[in-house]
Amino acid sequence: MHQTEKETAELIKQISGSDVKKCMKCGKCSATCPAYGEMKFHPHQFVTMVAHGKVDELLRDETVTRCLSCFACVERCPRGVEPENVVAAIRVLAEREQGGSNFVPDEVPALIAADKEIPQQALVSAFRRYRK
Amino acid sequence: MTYTYYPGCTLKTKAQDLDYYGRESLKALGITLEEPDEWQCCGAVYPIARDEIATKLSAVRALAAARDNASPLITLCSACHHVLTRVNDDMRRDENVRTKANNYLKLDVPYEGETEVIHYLQLLRDKIGFENIAKAVKNPLKGRKIGAYYGCLLLRPSKVMRFDDPENPHIIEDFIKALGATPVIYGMRNECCGGYVTLKDEAQAAENTNRIIRNAASKGAEELITACPLCMYNLRKHSDGTIKISYITELLYDALGLREELGDAPEACETADGSAAGCACGRTEKAE
Repeated sequence: MHQTEKETAELIKQISGSDVKKCMKCGKCSATCPAYGEMKFHPHQFVTMVAHGKVDELLRDETVTRCLSCFACVERCPRGVEPENVVAAIRVLAEREQGGSNFVPDEVPALIAADKEIPQQALVSAFRRYRK
Repeated sequence: MTYTYYPGCTLKTKAQDLDYYGRESLKALGITLEEPDEWQCCGAVYPIARDEIATKLSAVRALAAARDNASPLITLCSACHHVLTRVNDDMRRDENVRTKANNYLKLDVPYEGETEVIHYLQLLRDKIGFENIAKAVKNPLKGRKIGAYYGCLLLRPSKVMRFDDPENPHIIEDFIKALGATPVIYGMRNECCGGYVTLKDEAQAAENTNRIIRNAASKGAEELITACPLCMYNLRKHSDGTIKISYITELLYDALGLREELGDAPEACETADGSAAGCACGRTEKAE
């Protein structure tokens, strides 16, 4: 069954647990984001676009993988909107689609051959954050 | 006193020294750490989407094991502490997660978030007391200017982690003081090192990490300490070598005079199954 963009936006609100309507557009989340320069959309834009039901573009954006899950935007939002939870919901929905993984086991041998110090924690984190 | 302890995947592999120095230091302070049987990797990152259940199960198993041992669950790795604390919070407060996790796990006694997750630093502060640690110090680290690097995972989101003031933390500075060294406060001590993004784009992690190191150095730090193996990796990889980077437990080990007594941490395992001689991973006897 095909899901409309609006329905997907509702699903994102649900699984992020974020009340996007509470956002007062102060921009603090994006100002504090350490991945600001790496991402096409910024935390405040994720929140606003989901609130307006405009999520297809967000779901296609590959720079969403540059979010570091550092929770700076969550901590510093004066309205408790938790922007990162919205970003995470979008990332997870994109990854759940066929071909949506951004990290494959075949990449690992070359990575650890190039750098023997890579900790297991980095690989486990990448598997959890970049693929389903 | 014995506590249940969750080392996590990396403390058995690349960060065996973090684990070794931590255990030996506590032993000297009268505390033994015991691992639950057959614990599994916590997953390293907390699954944020609310409909993620399966990815939380390994954390629930560890939490339930500590409950069954009637012990708090002691963590040392920042990532493990983050995941276990947040999954525990879900098991307490999110009925959907609690019900589904318990339906799947079918534990003898359902788990409802009873366990207290305590980080190593909190154990030092609250169960032993920094003042008692100060008394146990044999080699005060006088004159060493050390910056605490907190990173993200211990502190945020503070309403769940309840670790310290998320913007102006002081537990690691208090720890540094207890060991006789001088803590150096710098603004970026609670900003992100880049974490796992280093596998996608090393330059992004390098930029974040360098910003932190430069800031610490500009405030006079000559060393940094961390509790997180991934922060350690990023900091070491991207520092120019002028700043020394250590684990919190190594600092404690040195201050307690244990290096003179026991020497350096054994060499890390050369083989994946931990069968190398001198291995500290606990799967084989340490070669004497």
